[in-house]
Amino acid sequence: MKTSIPSGLRQVATSNGRRQFLKASLAGSGGLMINFSWLGTASALSRKSADDAPIKLNAYLFVALTGEITAVVPNPEFGQNLMTSMPMILAEEMDANWADIVAKQADYQPDEFERQFTGGSQSIRRGWQSLRMAGAAAKHMLMMAAAAKWQVPTAQLTVANSVISHVASGQSATFAELAGDAALITLPASIPLKSNDNFSIIGRSQLNLEGRKIVTGKPLFGIDYHSDNMLIAGIVHAPAFGKTVKDADLEPIKAMPGIVDAFVFQSIHPAYTRNYFDTSAFTTLVAIVGHKTWAVIKAKRALNATWQAFDSYNEKMNRFGTLVDVNVPGGLENTSEHRKQMESLLNSELPVLRQDGDPASVFANAEQVIERTYYAPYLAHNAMEPMNFYASVTNEGVHIAGPLQAPGFIIGTVAERLNVPLENVRIEVTRMGGGFGRRAYSHYAVEAAVISQRVKQPVKLVYTREDDMTGGIYRPTYMVKFKAALNDQRELIAYQVDGVGVPEHCIHADRFPAGAVDNYLARGEAISSNITTGAFRAPRSNFMGASEQAFLDEVAEMAETDPIDFRLALFKKAMSSPVGEKHDYDAERYAAVLELVREKSGWDTMPANISKGVAAYYCHNSYAAHVVTTTVKNGLPKADKVFSAVDCGVVVNPVAASNMVQGAVVDGIGNAMYGEMTFTNGQPDKQNFDRYRMIRIDEAPASIDVHFVKSNIDPTGLGEPPFPPIFAALTNALYKQTGKRFYEQPLIKQLEQS
Amino acid sequence: MPSYKIHINGKNHDVVTDADTPLLWVLRDELNMPGTKYGCGMAMCGACTVHLGGKAVRSCSIPVSAVGENDVTTIEGLSEHGDHPLQKIWIEQDVAQCGYCQAGQIMNAAALLMQNPNPDDAAIDTAMKGNICRCGTYVRIKQAIKLAAKA
Repeated sequence: MKTSIPSGLRQVATSNGRRQFLKASLAGSGGLMINFSWLGTASALSRKSADDAPIKLNAYLFVALTGEITAVVPNPEFGQNLMTSMPMILAEEMDANWADIVAKQADYQPDEFERQFTGGSQSIRRGWQSLRMAGAAAKHMLMMAAAAKWQVPTAQLTVANSVISHVASGQSATFAELAGDAALITLPASIPLKSNDNFSIIGRSQLNLEGRKIVTGKPLFGIDYHSDNMLIAGIVHAPAFGKTVKDADLEPIKAMPGIVDAFVFQSIHPAYTRNYFDTSAFTTLVAIVGHKTWAVIKAKRALNATWQAFDSYNEKMNRFGTLVDVNVPGGLENTSEHRKQMESLLNSELPVLRQDGDPASVFANAEQVIERTYYAPYLAHNAMEPMNFYASVTNEGVHIAGPLQAPGFIIGTVAERLNVPLENVRIEVTRMGGGFGRRAYSHYAVEAAVISQRVKQPVKLVYTREDDMTGGIYRPTYMVKFKAALNDQRELIAYQVDGVGVPEHCIHADRFPAGAVDNYLARGEAISSNITTGAFRAPRSNFMGASEQAFLDEVAEMAETDPIDFRLALFKKAMSSPVGEKHDYDAERYAAVLELVREKSGWDTMPANISKGVAAYYCHNSYAAHVVTTTVKNGLPKADKVFSAVDCGVVVNPVAASNMVQGAVVDGIGNAMYGEMTFTNGQPDKQNFDRYRMIRIDEAPASIDVHFVKSNIDPTGLGEPPFPPIFAALTNALYKQTGKRFYEQPLIKQLEQS
Repeated sequence: MPSYKIHINGKNHDVVTDADTPLLWVLRDELNMPGTKYGCGMAMCGACTVHLGGKAVRSCSIPVSAVGENDVTTIEGLSEHGDHPLQKIWIEQDVAQCGYCQAGQIMNAAALLMQNPNPDDAAIDTAMKGNICRCGTYVRIKQAIKLAAKA
């Protein structure tokens, strides 16, 4: 598709953060105008590169003489398709030939890129504008170069498939031919973005640019990182949370063949003020360094060490710029005790997070009241690539490389621990074998750096699966109690949600059904723990989607209403007469995904003997709904067919977006059915996949049919939103299959009992 | 340390290492063939699947001393130009997400197709259930194996 500069566009520029960074708004015609100050600055540098080196148009785009266009991807990739979807956005605005594009993962370069964090399902949403601006800027520079060369106005140029043409004079040139001149162009103050109607790459499925490398086993991952005089390092941490290293018998280890060194070290100094993404567990470790991985693994197994419990302590933590007091309790914790603590807390007066109306008196006088309590255990992330990191620490500088979701969260920790200036630390980002939140907490990068500094050689730290599974940063364990009241019209007139958890509670007070119920109460409180937790694919939402949507299914049943109709009535109320000052969802979009999944699954016309369940959830700016049908296989019920409807705004790459939703469905079913980590005296009871059950191919649904709401809204989250509601769609279908409600994860325990 | 002559992807390699070194670490650390992935070290996840004498095995649990004369095939040697039918279909069907487990998945699927050129769902389930994918690509893996069988 050819584009030329549309006229009559409106521009809005705002200053945001340490750079002049820009926001654009939709103009009446659907086009955008953007303002630049950061993209133009790179251009004058470019010509100085070697003759055959790709020419830099801006931080995101390099054009080689061969015609190859390198699209630089700022955000770390762990399977969300950023290495394809982000180049698509760049190529779209550039009007590049998609076949010319190769993707390159950026180093951590905060001066060049705004948000190099893969988390919160925000990469595409938050990168959308910058990527479009970068693509448009590059195109405009190429157009200005062509206009100057041919002495014609840029407005008369057309651009398509990496070629700029001037139709009237019959002249044309490729991006490669123009790039050298284009690199010297100073951009005008503002240039236009495309109207969504003119997209020809965005919205059309493009295969994974890394696909070939993946299927041929190319070294893409951190664990594949290699440098010439690199050593392999392993760590041994205390076997239980609440314990630390007392003593380690290192001499026999150092004498083992292939071992270079063994020592006890601290990954952070005791005086250091931890930030939110630094871990508090196992900061004293035994390091074993050798030439080869197997020698290191054998030495780790041979290590004799003794451990000691630590006492409760208080510390300051830097929580996104605010210092907060944190208590890390001593003691060796147990899953059974966590459960008792949560049950006890749920029966106490919890702090009120939101109240609308007078729920207490409505409950006291209601026609029907239902109360249910749900429980979920800790979960281990179990990304398939165990944690690892490469580090080369020398007097000249620090080079670390590996899989991490958030280089900006750890660079300060590395610099502080090594006592080097921040600017001396280079972080190279590799593809990740899964992340799901776990790799936002990259203490293993600091550990690798400390070990390299100590042995004065590059090292690659490799966790075993056991190190990974027992090292912490789990999904917290939660309990929630819901209460609902119906009037004599079987309308929901009061709703109460009390949530607790270790070490965080699970409540988002302004989420649905807040705003849709006249009398609403949300309360929550957390229990502190020394077991470390972290973001796990839709934190808190993954439990609330599971429990709230299962509860509403029961409430709808009590109201003798179809579960979709029941929810739609609530959304209608939230639209027509919203309750309270705010709620954090758009009821119309929420309702629309339910309507779409109803239509696509054939919900209303499914034969009565099919067990079906539905659930919807909103989180990370997007809406997702699923319908699940179940069947019986080998004597146990399982998910059979899944229909999914998602509203995430503009879908950049449909095939990849569909893959992401399918993945969330399988991952959600797997965690709902089997996911569980338990603790005995502080020790994780599962250390590897022999005891930690993961969903396998024979347990996945037979089909997952994914649909997206057609939308011109700028893209919103996708990695997380489809995850929470699949849990409840499954349990609601299992109820139809088995006649039993499910209040505890993992579901397999109850299924195997019955 | 003992020395072993092992035959990998059509080439002979001499390796000097402990007898108990798993084939996985021989491939990754001694021979610079990192396509075979470490996932669990106890044959529970399938990420390290290679072919040994034409059969799928978990290289993390095969000591180098047990390899003997058997041919080893890794993902790097599954096809000369990365054009094994499974590799082609895997790309066309956009199977992978993070991609970490996929070499093991493909190697296991390739061994399945050698023994059963036209597997049904049950045969695929049985053959492939040793391979974990946390991204949840199973539905596409099954589809891709069926398409490759038809190709």
